[in-house]
Amino acid sequence: MSIALLLEQLLNGLQLGVMLFLMAAGLTLIFGVMGLINLAHGSLYMIGAFACAAVAAATGSFWIGLAASLVAAAAAGAIIEVTVIRRLYDRDHLDQVLATFALILIFSEGTRWLFGSFPLYLDIPPLLQGAVPLPGGGQYQLYRLAIIGVGVVVALGLYVLISRTRLGMRIRAGESDREMIAALGVDIRTLYTVVFALGAALAGLAGALVGALQSVQVGMGEPALILAFVVIVIGGIGSIKGALLGAILVGVVDTMGRFLLPKALALMIPAAQAGPIGAALASMLIYIVMALILAFRPSGLFATQS
Amino acid sequence: MKKIIAAGIFGLSLAASGLAYAEPVKIGVITTLSGGGAGLGVDMRDAFALAMKQSGNKDVELVVEDDAQKPEIAVQLAEKMIQSDKVDLLTGIIWSNLAMAVVPNAVAQDVIYLSPNAGPSALAGAKCNKNYFNVAYQNDNFHEAMGQYANKDYKKTFILAPNYPAGKDSLTGFKRYYKGELAGEVYTQVGQTDYAAEIAQIRDSGADSVFFFLPGGMGISFMKQYAQSGVNIPVMGPGFSFDQDILPAVGDAALGVKNSASWSKDLDNEANKQFVEAFQAEYKRLPSVYAAQSWDTANLILSALGKASVKDKDAFRAALKAADFKSVRGGFTFNTNNHPVQNIYVREVIKEGDVLTNKIVATAFEHHKDAYADQCKM
Repeated sequence: MSIALLLEQLLNGLQLGVMLFLMAAGLTLIFGVMGLINLAHGSLYMIGAFACAAVAAATGSFWIGLAASLVAAAAAGAIIEVTVIRRLYDRDHLDQVLATFALILIFSEGTRWLFGSFPLYLDIPPLLQGAVPLPGGGQYQLYRLAIIGVGVVVALGLYVLISRTRLGMRIRAGESDREMIAALGVDIRTLYTVVFALGAALAGLAGALVGALQSVQVGMGEPALILAFVVIVIGGIGSIKGALLGAILVGVVDTMGRFLLPKALALMIPAAQAGPIGAALASMLIYIVMALILAFRPSGLFATQS
Repeated sequence: MKKIIAAGIFGLSLAASGLAYAEPVKIGVITTLSGGGAGLGVDMRDAFALAMKQSGNKDVELVVEDDAQKPEIAVQLAEKMIQSDKVDLLTGIIWSNLAMAVVPNAVAQDVIYLSPNAGPSALAGAKCNKNYFNVAYQNDNFHEAMGQYANKDYKKTFILAPNYPAGKDSLTGFKRYYKGELAGEVYTQVGQTDYAAEIAQIRDSGADSVFFFLPGGMGISFMKQYAQSGVNIPVMGPGFSFDQDILPAVGDAALGVKNSASWSKDLDNEANKQFVEAFQAEYKRLPSVYAAQSWDTANLILSALGKASVKDKDAFRAALKAADFKSVRGGFTFNTNNHPVQNIYVREVIKEGDVLTNKIVATAFEHHKDAYADQCKM
């Protein structure tokens, strides 16, 4: 095993983490501010990917597609907030889970109705094609580096937005005491719609970015959603900082587990068995990490007071 | 016009042979019509319905239901179709894990099941049954063909498949015929979407080729990521990852890749020409290998209906086993375990105008039988 391979795998873990952060940030924001469990967040991710693929195919430009994915996901987010989600804030979590699960089914079948059952094509823009050399003689895909860059920019942007702007102040206030901020005359309904649309846009961005790397198809959002929930539970529900660190932890642990566990097992048992057993263990690894963290810190790494 | 006449003659010839037993026949079709795997089931259903329509046989009634790629739903549907719809035949399942959940139970109730895809090894060997006919392949077959073909050019192959029964059947099949050394053997998660960690290992392994079996969206993700990774080692795989439902989403990254299948649209026989033409005319897209297998399943059923009553199980099973139909795959007969004896071809992904498709470049096996037939005591 060379240094170049190790470095490449670390970058892979970081890139997966950054992608998860884009999903988890919106999810944790929505939960933190509105106390809402939104299972349909994965559908917004899918909408971003489909919007990007459809617009990129029509215009020939990935970048216009990327902009369209933000707009489409934010619009879809705002529409479902106004029509469905708004009625759920006062209900308990079970009602929220049921209603947003119904939204998943509606969005999935709606997307199939519009785009058909076959996966769409979305390619990496020419500017970001190919690989760049890494120190140690390895190579790394340029597009994945760009995703890491986008993640860093989004993390910084969210930090500035939440800690330095008036909107951020209201979001923080809404997190800690929503009755009081409403009593102070802040239009809480609009604030909720804006936060929901923001979270949706981030999910759409993640969907579009990842869509160029994998298959744009109905149901692509749910696996990402499950990982995003693991991330926010590890990070502490409602905490953006927790989402960032949780996402990177999950990304690196998952990638390194898939890579190192079968190799480590091969030292102890025959290689023919080490492969499947190692792969099975690796797929459990992030859940084991989650269980360990929850055993010692039941409300996650960076719990917000609730 | 020519097309219509051809279709008409084709239909008439089948209808003429089908007149012998004019009685209502109910066929239950359980397939995947929603979720990520829906493309495969849609092709299966469309080809089956088209074959029935073209036959002009008015006595056949189809009961089509969506299993959503979930074994528990498939089991419920099968029960419903057997108990309350009283279907005479069952078919349609795409995935091996669903087939394993449904088939043993259905055939035990003396219902005849015809598989248009999925061929898990257990059902070909020890658990074979006189009511189970596989019209597609045994799971290992395409992979065996690729292992055989790899011997020609490669000495050190890196192999990769998802960690589930069909994935293990796949790598077992490949290794059964491959004589070279393995640069690595990796099992991925089912439904995995990111292959960066595996591609990094391929880069580091010193392999001269990569064999992978990643059906559906998994294969699309892998190929797109592989093409951009800067690794230039040639890849190959079974036809599932390079078929007509997948190619448009993979794009030019798939060009030139060798893959194995029992069927290709350029296979030169009369039945295949009619099939490809009719499918394209009806649905405005090229058929996949799933559509081809499903078309054959439908025509096998039609041929048997012409010979025997579906109510007379022994006579009907014998009529099925005779496989007296024009297969789009050319020669097709049943082995002792009711699994196909057929040629497996190596295809290459090419571009026809703007459309990515396959052409046959070699024949890996002629009249290939599966490795489990000996374990079948029927």
